[in-house]
Amino acid sequence: MSETLNTFPDTWKKPPLIRNPTLRWGLIVGFAIYLAIALGTMDVNWQRAWEGIPRGQRFILAFFPPDFSDSRNVVWDGILESVWMAIIATVAGIALSVPIGLGAASNLAPKWVYFFCRSIVAGSRTFPEIILAIFAVKLFGFGPFAGFVALSIGTIGFFAKLLAEDIENMSASQAEAIKATGASWFQWINYAIQPQVMPRMIGLSVYRLDINFRESAVVGIVGGGGIGATLNTAFDRYEFDTAAAILLIIIGIVMVLEYISGYLRKWVQ
Amino acid sequence: MPLIETSDGPMWKRRTPQKRLAIFMGWLFGFVIVFYAWRLISEKTIWFFVQDAPKQAFDIATRMVPPKFSYMERLWVPVWDTLNIATLGTVIALAIAIPVAFAAARNTTPHPIVRAIAIFIIVASRSVNSLIWALILVLILGPGVLAGTIAIGLRSVGFCAKLLYEGIEEIDHSQVEAIEATGASRMQQMLYGIVPQVLPTFAGVGVFRWDINIRESTILGLVGAGGIGIELSGSINTLAWTQVSMILLVILLTVIVSEWVSAKVRGAII
Repeated sequence: MSETLNTFPDTWKKPPLIRNPTLRWGLIVGFAIYLAIALGTMDVNWQRAWEGIPRGQRFILAFFPPDFSDSRNVVWDGILESVWMAIIATVAGIALSVPIGLGAASNLAPKWVYFFCRSIVAGSRTFPEIILAIFAVKLFGFGPFAGFVALSIGTIGFFAKLLAEDIENMSASQAEAIKATGASWFQWINYAIQPQVMPRMIGLSVYRLDINFRESAVVGIVGGGGIGATLNTAFDRYEFDTAAAILLIIIGIVMVLEYISGYLRKWVQ
Repeated sequence: MPLIETSDGPMWKRRTPQKRLAIFMGWLFGFVIVFYAWRLISEKTIWFFVQDAPKQAFDIATRMVPPKFSYMERLWVPVWDTLNIATLGTVIALAIAIPVAFAAARNTTPHPIVRAIAIFIIVASRSVNSLIWALILVLILGPGVLAGTIAIGLRSVGFCAKLLYEGIEEIDHSQVEAIEATGASRMQQMLYGIVPQVLPTFAGVGVFRWDINIRESTILGLVGAGGIGIELSGSINTLAWTQVSMILLVILLTVIVSEWVSAKVRGAII
């Protein structure tokens, strides 16, 4: 009697994430092999890394205490330049991405406009802002203008894509209702589509402002102006305490921006 | 939707006059800020260079075609390095992000102070760009792939931990309660009640971040942290424009392939 009772499994195991065992073990083994090859060809100079530990210690100690005194009066200049650059790049980028985003929505635009706008979006999304900044610096010379151009192009890729996706997902019945009143194309966009996508777009634009400020800290490394240039100079002059202060200020501003954007998004919705 | 009485009878308008005034003031304020920002930026711009830009752009563009395809044989190793930086960096990031996420989620955190520390780690890692991390690490570890990998890892911790802890906060509590009712310890509750619910999110976030990291690791070479960026900055500095266009082409292809892989994998998981 007891034998028949015990024929069903009496222990329970968690079901694995990937149910197919061949696929699961294949993935695990494949990843292990990749890891072995990758670590093998990494060509890390372990001795250099080992020697670097005391140097790293000294280096990290050099960061403390952060020096907010700003003896050369460059930190606040750089921060303000970054803030203005981020604001204007966000505004210009969004202004440019609205027509591109409308064109990249498959339910609004004819086929050829759609492909044209989609390729602009894909092109500006592929390359990181920093590569765009390198070329902008080559073309426009050193300074915040180059950073502004690079960040604006980056904004187009981000904003136009999300705008287009939002328009594609909107409810078609409202658009149809406005069309039935005999509205012109602009009235149709203004009264049927804009109210539907606006709340999300406001949240996204604040988010993009946040990203642009953060990116403005690096476009300076390749000559695009802003706080990045100040930071790079601080590193080059071995003023690590100033660099630490700059990094902390960046973190602080990003925290404030994140808080504002969260608040604004809640208020809009 | 107010109706406004005019001499010609009622008129339909979208907003009340007060609301319109408020919106107008908002726009005015925005314009003033933008105008001010524009003036500051343009003061620091040498307009001669900007006017010259179209000619320069045309010049560089003509120098960039055709891409030097034979250069590819020297690019395989940097591309492989770039992939490794992104992948191993993501692995490091996930390893650090998982405990941080559990410490940051309201329903699993051991103590509010721990949560505050975890949130600070997340924000700090997210605000400092990977290029800046790389700049610091190259000074400590010397130029090379290791600095780039760690930079990508440290940068991604914030992103992964943020998405993970939001996932942990959104779980279904009745399942955890059911596990708790069996007399399970806190650790067992986590393993059997929470982890199975958030595993798909974990995998999704990892793949998503890997895709972003491929993009980021292509530029780390600019500060000497390994990958294809070293070749890129070398080619730009020596004005070898045909090599630059070849590298950009390779980056484009890598990004497209990684985006495709990530979309496929995420589609399979979620």
